[in-house]
Amino acid sequence: MDSNLLWIPLFPFLGFLLNGILGKRLGNRAVSVIASVAPLLAFMVSFGAWRKIIDPASSGALHWDGFPWIWLDGILEIPFALHFDGLSAVMCLVITGVGSLIHLYSIGYMKGDPGYHRYFAYLNLFTTFMLLLVLGDNLLLLFIGWEGVGLCSYLLIGFWFQEDENCAAGKKAFIVNRVGDLAFLLGMFLCLIYFGTLEMSALTNADNIAQVSMETTGFMADPDTGTGGMAVITAIAILLFIGATGKSAQIPLYVWLPDAMAGPTPVSALIHAATMVTSGVYLCCRLMPLFEAAPMALSIVAVVGACTALLAALIAFTQNDIKKVLAYSTVSQLGYMFFAIGVGAFSAAFFHVVTHAFFKALLFLGSGAVIHAMHHEQDMRKMGGLRKQLPFTHLTFLIGTFAIAGVPPLAGFFSKDEILFAGYKAGIMDGNSLATMFWYVSVATAGMTAFYMMRCVAMTFWGNSNVDAKLEGKVHEPGGWIGFALFVLAIASALGGFLNVPEFLGGHAILGHFTGLHVSHANMTPEELDILHAGEWTSMFISLAIAGAGLLVGYLFYRNGSGLPAAFRSSAPGAFLGNLSENKFYVDELYAFLIVRPFEAISQLMHTLIDQVLIDRLLVGGSALFVRGLGELTRRMQTGFIPGYLLTFGCGALVLIYILLNQLAKGGAQ
Amino acid sequence: MFSLPALLYLSALLFSIGIYGVLARRNILVVLMSLELMLNAVNIALVGFGRVHALSTTSGEHGGQIFTLMVLAVAAAEAAIGLSLLLLIWRRWKTIDLRELCRLSG
Repeated sequence: MDSNLLWIPLFPFLGFLLNGILGKRLGNRAVSVIASVAPLLAFMVSFGAWRKIIDPASSGALHWDGFPWIWLDGILEIPFALHFDGLSAVMCLVITGVGSLIHLYSIGYMKGDPGYHRYFAYLNLFTTFMLLLVLGDNLLLLFIGWEGVGLCSYLLIGFWFQEDENCAAGKKAFIVNRVGDLAFLLGMFLCLIYFGTLEMSALTNADNIAQVSMETTGFMADPDTGTGGMAVITAIAILLFIGATGKSAQIPLYVWLPDAMAGPTPVSALIHAATMVTSGVYLCCRLMPLFEAAPMALSIVAVVGACTALLAALIAFTQNDIKKVLAYSTVSQLGYMFFAIGVGAFSAAFFHVVTHAFFKALLFLGSGAVIHAMHHEQDMRKMGGLRKQLPFTHLTFLIGTFAIAGVPPLAGFFSKDEILFAGYKAGIMDGNSLATMFWYVSVATAGMTAFYMMRCVAMTFWGNSNVDAKLEGKVHEPGGWIGFALFVLAIASALGGFLNVPEFLGGHAILGHFTGLHVSHANMTPEELDILHAGEWTSMFISLAIAGAGLLVGYLFYRNGSGLPAAFRSSAPGAFLGNLSENKFYVDELYAFLIVRPFEAISQLMHTLIDQVLIDRLLVGGSALFVRGLGELTRRMQTGFIPGYLLTFGCGALVLIYILLNQLAKGGAQ
Repeated sequence: MFSLPALLYLSALLFSIGIYGVLARRNILVVLMSLELMLNAVNIALVGFGRVHALSTTSGEHGGQIFTLMVLAVAAAEAAIGLSLLLLIWRRWKTIDLRELCRLSG
């Protein structure tokens, strides 16, 4: 019982209230102080809680029972309770730590924006919901955070709502996420039915899972006997994973993330790279035992993850917008994480979440610094040679690039290596042909990652300057908070990998043990351990070689005046592949053709048939016509000819008298 | 010599003539006259019933006769108003034909 936990999401929420309500009157200075102090305070509380749970004497987790929230005695009891264990501790520290840096960075980046206080209010609200997401002790509370971050993402993507494009991107993100959220909700309903609760501890309890594993759903069952349907546990895992594909931008719902780059760059760094998009991975890690009990669902996760990683990397090859490259790179890296989950390496996936938060936030903030210096120019073809004007940004961006490419000993090397090894083990060492195939895919993707990041660096910072003559001499290094955030994140990206150095390299996999995701090797014989370590060495050399090759080829391609990209594009297969990649494999067009257009056609049909014809003409117009016709009929009685009225009146009187007399006669008879 | 049925027959006859006049004639003047006829038909019936009533009781009530006087007074007032309206209608529309005075027709 530790009510201090509540302060973690509460501080940013107070910041949101203050800035949201009073922001305009407080002035920009006060707004930025409030906005950045709020996550810093949350960081300190998280840090304090973390100190408590690493104490060997503690139970390793803090819990706040909260209060009854949705309470139907004995039927549905959902408390508003927070849980702080290794997993949520790491998430909290990343969210508040990286989040604080990005808040500070935003002070410099958003300077002079008319929506200054609105921006920081949204950012604080986002932090609140993200913390609620990772701290929630039941799926429903997690879902509240899940929806909340989606809302903030929508608000911030469309932050510059004066431009239609940005609004469309915001709406796209929101609507695509709804698809996933529906599946998430269905998964929660299944949990409620079969587990009877949404509490994390119950959903990950081995006995409960063993019990639920017996159950099957009617889905895909034999139509005659009604048996042999999909296992409930598989259905739950798949539905929750579909929810994760929405939030974490996986095939088929990844299309919103590249468009989400319409928002301010710090938002892309915080929401669309470091935190929100990894919440799907967090969900899977949080429910690890449940996913592990559903091998079929895990295979789907692995295949989807590897395919997403490959597809996004292929698209990133030809993007010219610096943020789009990073966006597709994010999709690709998220695919990696899901691939790791799919092959059972939850620890590796979560490790990659953390390191990715560091280096991708760094890369985004670096690109933001470039964009800021270039007066909102995002096209890399109009950059080049910025190394001279922006030496510090160049250095930090290079660190980020090497980290994501997997150059030792930077952060990405360790986490990516662990993921690749997990694939190697599941595929080649355990002899699973499907996993082997997708291991090849992920290795290829690792090389491609190095290649397109090298391209990005070369086009932006190296070679000849293509900067617009108007900007000549105006491009200067952004200092202050922007520089500070880049500096800290560069250090984190460089050293973050040491959080989880694997055992074969002499480390202790601290992060994996701390989060409880690490698969113990304690019960292995020395021979088995030797084989394992041999595999780890092999995998490491393969990943090193592929990353080095990617970087080298990228350098050779895009170094000054190589002319290779143009030569490649002018060859027939090159032109074909280049066009495919440049047009994002026409996925948006495919979705437009398959879903958007038919939907619009149905809407149009509904509009004309139901709305215009049925409702407007038939119901509204029809009732008016009916009343009018009735009036037309009855107005004939209104002749204005007085003797006519009198006749009617007389006849009526006669009838009345007749009735009256009849009654009297009856009365007399009695 | 007094016979209630004969009086009532007379009254019914006059009333019917009156109704016919009111319903069938177009001239407002004739309609008003027919209205007087109907009123007087009622008066005859009232007087007749009053007489029977006075004979059958010892109280000496003459309600029927008194009511007739009342009706006569009202009829006089009605005739005065009716005729003045008639005059106004004539001045305004130069007609007293009911068929042409259907201004309230829907």
